[in-house]
Amino acid sequence: MAASDTAKKTVSLEVFRYRPDQEDEPTFQTYEVPYKEDWVVLDALNYVKDTLDGTLSYRWSCRMGVCGSCGMMVNGEPKLTCSAFLRDYYPNPIRIEPLTYFPVIRDLIINMDDFMNKLTDVQAWLQPKEEKPVSEGEYLQTPAELAHYKQYTMCINCMLCYSACPVYGRHPSFMGPAAIALAQRYNLDSRDGAADQRAEVIFTHDGIWGCTFVGDCSRVCPKHVDPAGAIQQAKVTATQDWYKSLLMPKQK
Amino acid sequence: MANKQPTRAGKDYVRTVPNTWWLKKKTYALFMVRELTCIFVGGYALFLLALVSRAGDEAAFEALLRTPLLIALQIIALPMVLYHSITWINLTPKVMVVFRGEDKVSPALIAGVNYVAWAVVSGVILWIACCKG
Repeated sequence: MAASDTAKKTVSLEVFRYRPDQEDEPTFQTYEVPYKEDWVVLDALNYVKDTLDGTLSYRWSCRMGVCGSCGMMVNGEPKLTCSAFLRDYYPNPIRIEPLTYFPVIRDLIINMDDFMNKLTDVQAWLQPKEEKPVSEGEYLQTPAELAHYKQYTMCINCMLCYSACPVYGRHPSFMGPAAIALAQRYNLDSRDGAADQRAEVIFTHDGIWGCTFVGDCSRVCPKHVDPAGAIQQAKVTATQDWYKSLLMPKQK
Repeated sequence: MANKQPTRAGKDYVRTVPNTWWLKKKTYALFMVRELTCIFVGGYALFLLALVSRAGDEAAFEALLRTPLLIALQIIALPMVLYHSITWINLTPKVMVVFRGEDKVSPALIAGVNYVAWAVVSGVILWIACCKG
């Protein structure tokens, strides 16, 4: 394809607009942007912002699939817009909406407070079994121990999994895929000792038992974290713990 | 809990999720089909129980087998139960994660073992039904 051909081609972006200071209901606004083989949806949005309409609001940062900021619905699918190429949609129009199931603050910007609070609730950080002074050195771990949770460390908190999860959509109190996968990330870490505290939050109806295993979270995850798998494995652990407590009530 | 994000005093727009959410995406619809297959799994189990209760009475046993409604149930239940079983087994590697040192045992192997077990159990049941029945 000659460069001049490409330069003339355009693609329509149908962009969700919501400006709470101006309107009560969202609308869709269409922008014609140049079509380029190597452009991603985020490039097209940046083109709109830079040359067509500076009022369009959206989040982005790294532009390389690492920061997890630019997640949006692209033709109804949760996507990192920095990894969604125009060429995969061209010549059809591309509909861009904020991540579904989240409240919208403005245009393509969602309110992520709920997710941030859930990360706090599941205590998604390392809590050593026993604190030891720096003079005693590092908390050591073998490569085999690392392998057990490494997959879950790949999560970039992009929240695409929440926008794929109908359980979260219907019941926002559900802890959701990423928070539970991150709880598992620390529960499975040989250096961590806070699994019991996390169990109080995730081995609950709003935690793992709320999951009906639709599995769409794992399908859309750009980092192959497989949160659906993490939740089912946590269900196995919770069930084993329950039987253990029944058979050996005195053992902790 | 401490360290919660303060609630935003804005005018956030909340999109409602309709009851037809599962018609919006193929993956959701397939999930729903899988959930609904359990009705046929349960229905077929009840049918088997009814058959067992007539085990001593050959005429009643045969009459039940020949009931048109129950023949229809079996015809519908077979693909439903197969779909249920296949999707179930295909999901087992997500639940059963086995490590050999630093490496995960391949998901295909875990699902494969389940398929083999399924085939063996089915074979044994068939053998009992045909040779011992």
